[in-house]
Amino acid sequence: MMTKQIGRVATLTLLLFGVLFVNLNLIALVQSETLSSHPANRRLLVREYAIERGSIVVGEEAIARSIETEGDLEHLREYPGGALYGHITGYYSFILGRSGLEAALNEQLIGQPLEVLAQNLGDLLFAPDQAGNTVELTINPRAQQAAADALEGRVGAVVALDPTTGAVLASYANPSFDPGPLSTHNASAIREAWEPLIDSDERPLVNRAIAETYPPGSTFKLITAAAALEHDRSPETAFPDEGVYDVPQTESDIGNFGGGKCGEGETISLADAMRVSCNTVFARLGVELGADRLIDMAERFGFNRAPPYELDVANSGIPKEMDEPSAAQSAIGQRDVRATPMQMAIVAAAMANGGRLVEPHLVRAIRDPSGSLVRETAPSLWDEGRFDGQVVSETIAAQLRDMMIDVVADGTGRNARIDGVTVGGKTGTAQTGGAPTVWFVGFADQQVAVAVVLPSAGDDDTGGQVAAPIARAVMEAALGR
Amino acid sequence: MSAATGTAGRGVDRRTGNALRSTEARLLAFAVVITFAAHVLLGWSQGPEVPPSAIVTGVAMTVIAIVAHITVRTMAPDADPTLLPLAFLLNGLGLVFVRRVDLAAGSDLAGTQTVWTAVSVAGMCAVLVLIRQVRTLSRYQYSLGLLTLVLLILPLVPGLTAGPINGARLWIDLFGMRFQPGEVAKLTMVAFLAGYLERKRVLLSVASHRFGPLLMPAPRHLAPVLLATGVALVVMAGLRDLGSALLLFGVFLAVLYVATGRAAYPLFGLVAFAIGSTLAYQLFAHVRVRVSIWLDPWSQVSNAGYQLAQSLFALGTGGLTGAGLGGGRPQDVPFSATDAMFAVIGEELGLLGATAVLVAFLLLVVRGFKISLTARDEYGTLLALGLTATIALQTFVIVGGLTRVVPLTGITLPFMSYGGSSLLGNYVLIALLLRISDESRGAARGRQMERPRTGKSSR
Repeated sequence: MMTKQIGRVATLTLLLFGVLFVNLNLIALVQSETLSSHPANRRLLVREYAIERGSIVVGEEAIARSIETEGDLEHLREYPGGALYGHITGYYSFILGRSGLEAALNEQLIGQPLEVLAQNLGDLLFAPDQAGNTVELTINPRAQQAAADALEGRVGAVVALDPTTGAVLASYANPSFDPGPLSTHNASAIREAWEPLIDSDERPLVNRAIAETYPPGSTFKLITAAAALEHDRSPETAFPDEGVYDVPQTESDIGNFGGGKCGEGETISLADAMRVSCNTVFARLGVELGADRLIDMAERFGFNRAPPYELDVANSGIPKEMDEPSAAQSAIGQRDVRATPMQMAIVAAAMANGGRLVEPHLVRAIRDPSGSLVRETAPSLWDEGRFDGQVVSETIAAQLRDMMIDVVADGTGRNARIDGVTVGGKTGTAQTGGAPTVWFVGFADQQVAVAVVLPSAGDDDTGGQVAAPIARAVMEAALGR
Repeated sequence: MSAATGTAGRGVDRRTGNALRSTEARLLAFAVVITFAAHVLLGWSQGPEVPPSAIVTGVAMTVIAIVAHITVRTMAPDADPTLLPLAFLLNGLGLVFVRRVDLAAGSDLAGTQTVWTAVSVAGMCAVLVLIRQVRTLSRYQYSLGLLTLVLLILPLVPGLTAGPINGARLWIDLFGMRFQPGEVAKLTMVAFLAGYLERKRVLLSVASHRFGPLLMPAPRHLAPVLLATGVALVVMAGLRDLGSALLLFGVFLAVLYVATGRAAYPLFGLVAFAIGSTLAYQLFAHVRVRVSIWLDPWSQVSNAGYQLAQSLFALGTGGLTGAGLGGGRPQDVPFSATDAMFAVIGEELGLLGATAVLVAFLLLVVRGFKISLTARDEYGTLLALGLTATIALQTFVIVGGLTRVVPLTGITLPFMSYGGSSLLGNYVLIALLLRISDESRGAARGRQMERPRTGKSSR
């Protein structure tokens, strides 16, 4: 008599268990990936920290390394490099995540692809002594230190490259930060270290060497000159030397820095115009050449694209279309032209390297825990798509190089001179309202190319006064002087 | 005997008691071997040696199994041969996972739980020895009803109470031991319900009063049941033990429905439950919190939703095959030795292992329904049904809670979770089911049964 009811209760029970089975399948199969990689799920983290993460090495010294420690997370990340290398290494924090090379080279540093780490759930217990690969950098520690010392107390950035290989010898932005306190295993200590970094007006977390663009000012005249030399002009070509260039289609004309003419005579040569950074000549060139040629040359040198690099570099930019007033302004690096220090270092390097654009790189080699080579970076030209690695002919490059040598020998860049070394360069002082952005880009022999930017210099500061000495200090250090 | 005798012969295994007991012995041996193997595997995840705890547990389980087997063979020779091995398998795996949590937390719960296993199986044997006929229980139904209430109120009595633990007042301290009387109250309540409804079921199934669209029996017949259940629910809610309240209510509805055959009761019950839930939601903040966690654990993953999120992480990370014994992170899942053990099982044994465990529960439940169907009399039918529904619903509430099918409330996973009172209650439950199945099979085989001493068995 109660059989029917019992059957129904049993059926209902089976249905309830059916719901459990279906739902269990959904969780364990369909949602598995989402759940296992959820940021609040500590499992992946614990597994990652069980690995002895590889060191990041400059010269013979580790600037980031992992040591065994007590607790759930078995290794602690240390940064003997501190703030000097903060933007390069980045931090490795269980709360904040990873930045810098810690993020970019994570899979090398833990020695295996992340998917493998996520998949082999139990395996780690049976292979507890895993270690990641060591990453060796191209940084020259003396040049890096020189950059930091020279930028002490100023907001700014320095990038130094080997002009023939693209190896980055120094990359420092001030202010920087020490990744150590952000990478501890103590959540409240991390927050305590993090908040002042976030709150600071000087934004120490921003790597100004690569992550921000600034108006390049007169350093952009190198590109205008390159376009001019490619279109029937020579370093000796004479231009009218005038106090003011009457820009077509507009009332706002362009004058020279400090007012007045650039030279003594009626005319001035292109080389002399470069040496004294003559705005009227280069503004006129911008209009004469036309926006298209200017844009084309800038893009060939790397504008409107970002160089391939281990870390993300911001796009340096020039507008794709410009009227004549814009072309005039852009030709002297004002208006909407923007560049990263890295980009300008690459431009300077091309001048010292026969017109060849190098790909910058930070990693020299990657080695496995036994010390054998996993990967070595081969120097490579930056050619992609329609852009050739040979930006301008060797002849034009040599002409530009000589013009830059003149700038340092007897022009605005005198403060970059180094005895016994052929130094070339170009200063820049961009007025964009507010504090000027001052630059020096240049090279010493074929050993080092450099770009220095100080985006909020003093009102009376010029690239020649402020940036050139910093560049000299870094180049000297790179040359081993 | 009226209807019950008619069903007694159907579907009954006609093998002799000896054959049944031999099957049971083989299955028990299998359960012990599985437990021992799992324990060794767990040990191997820590090092190359076979852990001493595996040997201790293996020996203890073997001895306990032999004692249990001998007791059943002599006291209930015709009992269902699968109940005890299934309970033993779940219990053994539970011990392995309690040990697993010990390894992660540095605790020593597994030793205590092994002792509790022995105590609980002894309790089961004692019930088999003391209760030769399950009908004798029905003589004490009102005492059992009263006992249920007393047991539920005990944790509130000053001097006995162990105070609130994790927000709930469920424990008492007795002779230096912590005990959860609610685990026994579940059984006494089911026994009371079965007895009361057996006698009133005809009255209750005659609808004489109209209650809205529903035909209901005279309220006075229903009053004691409603009262007992209502008080139980209020006490449970007051103790903040929502899981047990839900469990008791569901079991009550199931037994009521089976006894009366009127779907109006469970429907009425569901309406009452809906109203009660809404009221509880409005009145109690902790109920609102549970519901909001259920609806969206992810926005509160580091506070209120932590346990559910961690349970889902464990199950999701476990995937199909799991991290392997010892490969998971039970330390991340709160209450991993008790309420959340199923999540740890899912993480380490994967979907496959978790499914196997659920199937073991399902088999146990299916056997329970079969025992209810074939019980010798109506009291046995209702009691078996109530006991079976208890296991089924309790498993559903906790596994469903940990997998976000229903709001997560604290309740143990039968036979597996760490906790002595729970394990003891579960083994007593198994003893009663063994007794009921033994009676029906024995009767079917024409075994000489003692006559029931109460005259109330038939009307």
